[in-house]
This record gives sequence, structure tokens and C-alpha cells, in this order.
Amino acid sequence: MSVFRALVRRELSAFFQGPTGFIIIAAVLFLIGLGFVIVLSGLNGQATPIPVTQVFYSTYFFWLILLLIAPIITMRSFAMERASGTYESLMTAPIGDWQVVLSKFAGALIFYAILWVPLLVCSVVVRFYVGESAVLGLGPVVTSAIGILLVGCLYMSMGCFASALTRNQAVAAVSGFAMGAALFFTGFFSYFAGDRSDWISQLARHVSLANHMESFSRGVIDLSAVIFFLSLTALFLYLTHKVVESRRWK
Amino acid sequence: MIEVENLTKRYGQHVALDGLSFSVDCGEVVGFLGPNGAGKSTTMRILTTFMAATSGSVRVGGDCVFENPMRVRERIGYMPENNPLPTDLRVGDYLKFRAQLKHLANGDSANRIAGVMEQCGVADVAGRFIGQLSRGYRQRVGLADALLAKPELIVLDEPTAGLDPNQVRSVRRLIRGLAGGHTVLISSHILSEIEMTCDRVVILHEGRLLASGALEELMAKANAVVVAEVRASLIDAKKWATKLALGQAECAAQPDGYVRCQFAEAKSADAREKIFASANERGWPLRELSRQAPSLEDLFVSLTHGKGGPK
Repeated sequence: MSVFRALVRRELSAFFQGPTGFIIIAAVLFLIGLGFVIVLSGLNGQATPIPVTQVFYSTYFFWLILLLIAPIITMRSFAMERASGTYESLMTAPIGDWQVVLSKFAGALIFYAILWVPLLVCSVVVRFYVGESAVLGLGPVVTSAIGILLVGCLYMSMGCFASALTRNQAVAAVSGFAMGAALFFTGFFSYFAGDRSDWISQLARHVSLANHMESFSRGVIDLSAVIFFLSLTALFLYLTHKVVESRRWK
Repeated sequence: MIEVENLTKRYGQHVALDGLSFSVDCGEVVGFLGPNGAGKSTTMRILTTFMAATSGSVRVGGDCVFENPMRVRERIGYMPENNPLPTDLRVGDYLKFRAQLKHLANGDSANRIAGVMEQCGVADVAGRFIGQLSRGYRQRVGLADALLAKPELIVLDEPTAGLDPNQVRSVRRLIRGLAGGHTVLISSHILSEIEMTCDRVVILHEGRLLASGALEELMAKANAVVVAEVRASLIDAKKWATKLALGQAECAAQPDGYVRCQFAEAKSADAREKIFASANERGWPLRELSRQAPSLEDLFVSLTHGKGGPK
């Protein structure tokens, strides 16, 4: 366990030893702030029948940040170690492949979680000024946070997988972005599906990240969404492990 | 300590290792010698469980590297080629991180880290970022990492590549100091390097074992070149050289009236006596008579001779 902790700490320190981590945090902070200001000024003091969190996720700010930032967080995880050669000393230390994969995933996820703390602060500020629990109750804020974390699990595992496939960080970022964007846009089919019940429409509804996130932002924890995110995360972590292991059967 | 049998590694069509077998006993310092691309790094990567072989078996301390990689890793301190290190960590923090990965208990890790830093001469840069260190210091940080867990086997892939002569000397002294306590395997493509640090050499060529044994024995098989500079006319010198019959001779006139003759020495007795006596007999002044130790290239030529020669 102490080995795992050391590995995760190393992953996190890599973000903060240089400017990388701070630049990502600054960029996300700016985008969250901008998004929140625009959402609030759009509401313009009018009463809204739905929670503010839901309004925020129905705009594209959240998804834009997620799609752009996630691959940047994960691109360095494996690709940089391979490029610099430190991968070799890492993989010849007496630690298992799973420990390496999970620590890289955990490091990325923790950094991702730190990124969204300002959003929580925004929520608190809004709540303070509005003073009306219908606008922003504790429930939707907590479930939104859970939703953000679950989406994060999926995107971080996907990004780690993309990074494990290459030694070039740019390639890792672009392929991670392509995978993430493809999954996100596949969900758009659910808009065309309407209320049809053929299997394609059902599938489209099931993979729609926006749909899943909407229920979280309403204050609902949808079990099928939880299973969807966790199972895909497990799948990508398994694939990452296979890629890491592959150096021993190539 | 190391038993390699019939090791073969293919990268697609390219054969990197072709039925390589050798063994290393406990406490030996063994040099792994060969030109670039001979398969030295590939063998080391397989030994340290980083890669798998296509076929063959490798045992380190009795454990198979494919079946028990974790137990093998516990035994090995490895410095990969080019000694890759994270540039964003301080020397002390990096060694602490490595100590944690190598399961050193928290209590003695601090002592152990201080010990290897002292031993490798990096204690004075413990607080500096690795990215700001000179190459010599980085190399020693890599060595300190390899020594950290007191491994039975230390594997160093070209530990002195890219260092200046002073740094080479200090790294060599350090490696020499490891003999006895550890089994050491060092790779290099520089003969003198291995000559100074190793008891025994294993020579690779195109993925195959060319020779293995004490370096002096191997060198004895290689033809040394004897150089003599005599004052005579070029024609006389050429006749003289042929008459001496000391293998292939090359004569070249020097601008100051001397002729420089190079003899590919016959394997048997020392040719220098014969050359001296004969030049003396003719009354030719002799201003240089020397035997040049064979280089790695010469050793290679002589070893590959009769096996179709180097391709």
C-alpha cells in the first residue's frame, strides 16, 4: 500500500513540480468562471424552475471543459515515461503492472477532482446570494459532484489507455480526445431517436453522457448511469493493463 | 547468479538475439562487450524482466525471469541505457521515491539513502533538481539508485557513456569497489573500459556469443601489431620486412628518412627481439620498436575470422 501511495504522490507531484498543473488549473478556473457568469446573467434574476446546477450542465461549458482538459491531464501518464525512458526503471522495480496502471489512473483522477473544486465554490457563492434552497439545494450539488467524479473516472481511464498506446504526448492527447469526443457525440443520436423504442434508440439513450449527467444535476443518482460509468472505466483500465503487459509478449 | 540458455529474441523479421547462452557466477564482475546493435541492451532488458524473450530460458539467482519476475526484480539493481531519470525531482526525493518502490522499510531507508549518496558522491547535490545536474552527477544518481536496495546483482548498461575522462575514472573506481559484495554485469563497446573493471568478459556479435573468458586469454588470441621505425631506404626496408616473415608487413617512408614498418605479429614468440637483432645486424638505426595492444576491432576481427568474418 505504501508503494501505491508513493506512486500516486509521484504522479501528482509531476503536475505541480512544473507549470503544467497550474496552467491547467488556471485555464479551467477561467472557463468555469466564464460559464457560471454567462449562465447567471442569462437567468438575469428571473426565477428558474430547475436547479442552477442543471442549467450549468445543459450548457456546453461543462462538456467543453471535460472534453478538452481530460486528455491533457492524462496524456503524460505513460507517454512521457516512455519517451524519457524512465518507464524502464519503473517497470523493473519490484512493483506489479496493476499498481502502475491504478496509480496513474488515481493520480489523474485526484488532479481532475481538484480542478472542479472552484465549481463547488461557485455553487456556494450563488447559494449565499440567492438564499433560496429551491434554486440550489444540497442534494443536487452533492449528486452533481458524484456525477462529475464518475464522468471523470471514465475519461481518465480512457486517457490513460490512449497514453499507454504511444510514446508521444501529442498523439496521446489527440487520440484520447478523439475517443472522448466520439463517446460524447454518439450520445447525440438520442436526440434524433425521440421516443422510439428500437434497439438503436435505446442504445443511444444509454450511452448519452448528457442524459446521465442531467439526472445527476437534478439530484437523482441513476443506478444504470453509475453502472455505465464504472463498467466502462473498468474496461479501459483492463485494456490499459493489457497494453502495459504487452511489452512482455511482444 | 545468471544462467542464460539459448536465448532468442526477434523483433518481427529482425533477429536481435540468436541462441545466446552464458552464465555468471556470484561475486563476479563481468563485462558485456560488443559493437552497437550486438544485443547487449536487449539481453539486459530480458534479464531485468522488462521484456520477454522469443524463446530460451533466463534464470537469475535460480528464479526464472518469466515465471517469477517479482523475485528477480527484488534481486536486481538496474541502470538502463542512457540512465533515464525524472528531471523534475530533487536527488534526495528521487532516491526516497525509489526506496519506497523497492520496499525499503521507512526506518532504514533514510540511512540507506544517505549511505548510497555518500558512496556515489552525490550527497552534496541532494537538494538539487536532477534536471540541473551535469551528466556525471546524473550517472552517479543512477548508480546510487541501482545500489539502493543492496541488490545481489547489479546490471549497468553503458555506465560511462558520454562522460568526460575524469568522470569515467571516478565511475570506474566506484564499480571496481562493488566487486566482491555484488555480482556486477556491465555493458560497453569500449574495450579499455571493460579491461579496467572486469574479471571476465562475454563478447557478443550479432546476437550470438562470440567468446567468453578472462580478457587476457582472449587478447592473447588477437594479433598485436608491432611497429618498427628504421633508417633505411624504402626498397631495402621492404625487402627486409618480407625476409623477416612476421606476417603481413606494411612499410611507409617518413619525411625524415626513416621507414615505418608495421608487422602483423605472428602468434608465437615476441617478434620484437627478432626485429631488433636483424636491424642491428644491418647497422640500421632503430628509433622506435613497440607492440600495440590489439583494439576491440582487432579482437573482433580475430574472433570472427574463420566464422565467415564480420558481415
